Amino acid sequence: MTNFFSNRQRVKGAAAQNLLKDIWRNRWLYIFVIPGVFYFLIFKYIPMGGVVIAFKDYTPFLGIVESQWVGWKHFERLFQNNDFVMLFRNTILISLYKLLFYFPVPIILALMLNEVRLKVFKRFVQTVIYIPHFFSWVVVAGITYVLLTTEGGIVNEFIMWAGGEKINFLGQNAWIRTLLTSQTIWREAGWGTILYLAAMSAVDPQLYEAAKIDGAGRFRQMWNVTLPCIRSTIVILLILQIGNFMDLGFEQIYNMINAGNKDYGNVFDTYVYTIGIKEGQFSYSTAIGLFKSVIGLILVLGSNYLARRSGEEGIF
Amino acid sequence: MRKSGLSDRSFDTINVLLLIVISLICILPFLQIVAGSFATQQELMEKKFVLIPEVYSLDAYRFIFSDITIPKSMMISVFITVCGTIINLVFTSITAFALARRGLRGRRFIMFLIVFTLLFDGGMIPAYLVVKELGLINTYWAVMIPNAISAFNLILMRNFFMSLPEELFESAKIDGCNDLKTFIQIVIPLSMASMATFMLFYAVNHWNNFMMPFLYLNTPDMWPVQIWLRQIIIMATADFGDFGASIEIPSQSLRMATIVVATLPILLVYPFIQKHFVKGVMIGSVKG
Repeated sequence: MTNFFSNRQRVKGAAAQNLLKDIWRNRWLYIFVIPGVFYFLIFKYIPMGGVVIAFKDYTPFLGIVESQWVGWKHFERLFQNNDFVMLFRNTILISLYKLLFYFPVPIILALMLNEVRLKVFKRFVQTVIYIPHFFSWVVVAGITYVLLTTEGGIVNEFIMWAGGEKINFLGQNAWIRTLLTSQTIWREAGWGTILYLAAMSAVDPQLYEAAKIDGAGRFRQMWNVTLPCIRSTIVILLILQIGNFMDLGFEQIYNMINAGNKDYGNVFDTYVYTIGIKEGQFSYSTAIGLFKSVIGLILVLGSNYLARRSGEEGIF
Repeated sequence: MRKSGLSDRSFDTINVLLLIVISLICILPFLQIVAGSFATQQELMEKKFVLIPEVYSLDAYRFIFSDITIPKSMMISVFITVCGTIINLVFTSITAFALARRGLRGRRFIMFLIVFTLLFDGGMIPAYLVVKELGLINTYWAVMIPNAISAFNLILMRNFFMSLPEELFESAKIDGCNDLKTFIQIVIPLSMASMATFMLFYAVNHWNNFMMPFLYLNTPDMWPVQIWLRQIIIMATADFGDFGASIEIPSQSLRMATIVVATLPILLVYPFIQKHFVKGVMIGSVKG
């Protein structure tokens, strides 16, 4: 008996020793991964845990742990608030606009670029259309202001010249969603072509030859060869886009909204900033943020599920 | 050679023309801002649209650089961009390298933790409270450390490292390299194109970042150029009642010059790295 136990212990000891040996042999990998793991724990997972303050009355003196639990109070307040309908409507509409009007543009642009035979011209166009991506949202807002202002902006001057009346593009509810969508198209469409072009460059040229022999013109080749070949890329990017449905980006919108257009332009991100950071209602604004994150999670999991159901790879 | 029929040729012509128009749409607004920044206030008032100013004037730039505020904020932006990008590259590359190697136990679990952060986050307020609790408010750490690793870039970089042949690591090991030496002497030189790409991505993010300095740096003395840019643009925008009429409105050319000054540094870097980045993005994403 005693012999048996000591044997087992010896085996266990040997396994542990092997493990230690293994870790020692790969010690640099473990050292390398430690800062990254700590980074994600501290700056991503602690804030995830921090969402509990949405269910508490957070006060800075008491801290997260000591603050009083209040259940769904903040969510009830949110859902009863008139602002909620406005925020929800604005977020959904701006996101839908982007899905409808922005998402197809990089695909079409990439298809066009893919048909260019002159390498130099193609590279030139690519260089130019990537540039707007390097402008910050503040700069994009600045350019928008300069072009659209009623005080000598080129667009309004043109409208006047054509016999129309000045339009207050910048300070009016009616225009904010159009402005935001256009800005996104202008800044990101060129950049968005990179992945599609990469996918297109992997298409087998024989497929085009075969299509041509079958009498397919350029449009038919695009429709029946190029597009089906990049379908998985399109699906992945569509899932990512839908996953970001609730994330419209604080910077772009905050730099564009003002007293005149905030009824149509205010979204969850900008509202959380105003209520949370500016007014210091941490628990209430965290509840809004949590609501937003949960909807986002459901959307990305849902679209990924649908993609897999329809035979695509999905992102996970 | 391809036979080009009439429909083929008209297709090409229309395609090229459209692409030229699109290129102009992308670049003209900015070119107009650049030109306008060199024009005199008078010419701007009269002509509205200036692509080649009749009289060159450096007044706007002289005005910007006559005061310490903007030059100083530029230096701060450079500082944040350089330090932040170094932190990004070091953190991202060592983590990606470790996660790409088989020797590390639990790497699937760690990868899951990282991918999950792409799906769900605590939101602005809990993140703000963490930075606050760590005592980072009003320090430059607050705008660099909370963004030290982009999960997305990390995944791309890991895919790139995994595409390197396993034999490479084995032969390095036989030659007596440990992982640190392998990483520094073999892997880094092999991944310069991809590193340059990530460097550009990260640098652009730091240079253009408005939200984090806005949240975490409360003293105007510490502000990078993007925040001042916003101040100047908003101050100059009299269309709204929100900001009161008491603020003096700077001239149109001053706004334009500030935009140029805040954008130029990053545009100067872009051409040098452009030839790398399409390759860099592709390498990382093909296995995606």
